[in-house]
Amino acid sequence: MGRYVIRRLLQMIPVFIGTTFIIFAMVHALGDPVNALFGDKAPSPAVAAQIRDSLGLNDPLWVQYLHYMKGIFTGDLGTTFSGQQVTALLASAYPTTLKLTAVAFTIEVVLGIGLGLLSGLRRGKSVDTLVMVMTLIVISIPVFVIGYVLQYLFGVKWGITNATVGYGAPIGDLILPGFVLASVSLAYVARLTRTTVAENSKADYVRTATAKGLPRWRVVTHHLLRNSLIPVITFLGTDLGALMGGALVTERIFNIQGVGYWLYQGILRQNTPTVVGFVTILVVVYLLANLLVDLLYAVLDPRIRYA
Amino acid sequence: MSTAVSARAKTGDTEEAPLLQVRDLHVEFRTRDGVAKAVNGVNYSVRAGETLAILGESGSGKSVSSQAVMGILDSPPGFVTGGEIMFKGRDLLKLSNEERRKVRGAQMAMVFQDALSSLNPVHTVGTQLGEMYRVHKGSSRKDAKLKAIELMERVGIPGAKERVNQYPHQFSGGMRQRVMIAMALALEPDLIIADEPTTALDVTVQAQVMELLGDLQREYNMGLILITHDLGVVADVADKIAVMYAGRIVETAPVHELYARPAHPYTRGLLDSIPRLDQKGQELYAIKGLPPNLLRIPSGCAFNPRCPMAQDICRSEVPPLHAVTEQDGRALPGRGSACHFWKETLHG
Ligand SMILES: Nc1ncnc2c1ncn2[C@@H]1O[C@H](COP(=O)(O)OP(=O)(O)O)[C@@H](O)[C@H]1O
Ligand code: SF4
Ligand SMILES: [Mg+2]
Repeated sequence: MGRYVIRRLLQMIPVFIGTTFIIFAMVHALGDPVNALFGDKAPSPAVAAQIRDSLGLNDPLWVQYLHYMKGIFTGDLGTTFSGQQVTALLASAYPTTLKLTAVAFTIEVVLGIGLGLLSGLRRGKSVDTLVMVMTLIVISIPVFVIGYVLQYLFGVKWGITNATVGYGAPIGDLILPGFVLASVSLAYVARLTRTTVAENSKADYVRTATAKGLPRWRVVTHHLLRNSLIPVITFLGTDLGALMGGALVTERIFNIQGVGYWLYQGILRQNTPTVVGFVTILVVVYLLANLLVDLLYAVLDPRIRYA
Repeated sequence: MSTAVSARAKTGDTEEAPLLQVRDLHVEFRTRDGVAKAVNGVNYSVRAGETLAILGESGSGKSVSSQAVMGILDSPPGFVTGGEIMFKGRDLLKLSNEERRKVRGAQMAMVFQDALSSLNPVHTVGTQLGEMYRVHKGSSRKDAKLKAIELMERVGIPGAKERVNQYPHQFSGGMRQRVMIAMALALEPDLIIADEPTTALDVTVQAQVMELLGDLQREYNMGLILITHDLGVVADVADKIAVMYAGRIVETAPVHELYARPAHPYTRGLLDSIPRLDQKGQELYAIKGLPPNLLRIPSGCAFNPRCPMAQDICRSEVPPLHAVTEQDGRALPGRGSACHFWKETLHG
């Protein structure tokens, strides 16, 4: 197991280098960052040339990349054009986004599995039909539509919550955005759980559990659900990345100053260090989440062995 | 002492009421294609220390009838639509769900055919065995594990102390079936129902598992119902046999009498299709045709389309289970045949 973890961590190195370089090249291809810096007014050629020189933008791409990587290993992710340390930006933006993602993930797990179990156990009954219809609706409507509609209803019309998230992103304010962010994943989790629960409820070991005289609830939790969650957890793991990506959209709807906000600013101004810095952390979080899920998988299913 | 008790029970004519008495049991499956009548008026009884074998082709309703007795029918689509299941003086069909649950596992237990799929893949064997004591007796985790080890030793699993922490997939087929038997034995039930317990096993292992079941049954003086489609398996273990066809019992007899002198054409067909050493090289007999579709069971005797002795009456009248006697009218205790022509079959 330990060796497996080490190997997986080592495998992350090429992935890390590859993604950072691709993003680096993509931002570079967007055009001249110095022009973007000045917006509509074109700078005088002399000034532009001087700025380019001082930022090392005249060097070949791979030299710029190596330079950047050298910085990373000394903990320096570069600066924005306005002179702010990218590391400082990351430190202020990531906690907010992670908090939003955590709220959404909790909602996804609790509601998704809960509804899926309910409808899987009552297949064909009205609860099941209701869950199936609701989840289908959620899946087919774009997230930002769900977001704006719920924001209007809960935040503006009925005044149940704040329409936007206040300073410091308090948890109370994050519940509505968290729900919006979780909505589509939640629907998929509910459907997946329903399917596996329905399938496994016919399994021989569930019948054995009943034949042992266990109470119904114990049969469901210890035997049926325990096995049904294995594919669901795999989905949750891969979905964690999608959830963080979706957070960027949700942040814009609810005016949350998280990763999405700064990434948008970075792309707008074609500031390579900002974009690469933010995306790299996204990639690392995603890779770590996947590793975690794979390890959890082995805990949940003893038939799986790592070599 | 226990052998004395079981010897008395085996004579079959003790005055005490049987442990289990199933009367006129009906089970049907309500499916999209129609109502499948899987069990159509089954009667049998088992005494303490006695072994009843239920024999029949696949699909004849052996598993369904025993699932109804255990109360683990897949419902819906399956429903018990009639009958009585008298167990230790109570009709199980009249109990509440909770009362019924307390009987399951504790007083009657089941051994399933495929131990690999019947054990939970994600829990250790020890957890699954210990669960019996945790739930029914409220034992602590530690006590339950000690009991699990004891049980595993009892059914002959070597290295029980280490193996108690292993998962089902780490056991061989035979050892896994021993785990299933241990689980059934855990609370020393009065009755064990074993549904084709050796079908999934190698021939050499089959005999060992069957012997273990027989030994345990004698030691604890339990009633045992042994379901099988293989006549050869039960000959040495069973006291009496009930042959099932299309959800009915078509013949009952003490085991050796059934082998020697069948009183139903279906039973005779089954016996004739067993390979025998003295007939080596000869083509094996097989009952012609297929078991009936349970959505459309033939009228009259359900076996009539396949029966070499069928007459007009067989297509119009359902034969009741006749008491079978000798030619001179002497009673043959425990024998019955649901055939209009049982006399011709037995004596002719
Ligand atoms: N879950 C089920 N759903 C629908 N029909 C079933 C189900 N289980 C059993 N049956 C019906 O009951 C019949 C008898 O099955 P079973 O008792 O398992 O046969 P066997 O004698 O081989 O054990 C089957 O042929 C099938 O038609
Ligand atoms: S009743 Fe008729 S069809 Fe049925 S087994 Fe007897 S002879 Fe054959
Ligand atoms: Mg069966």
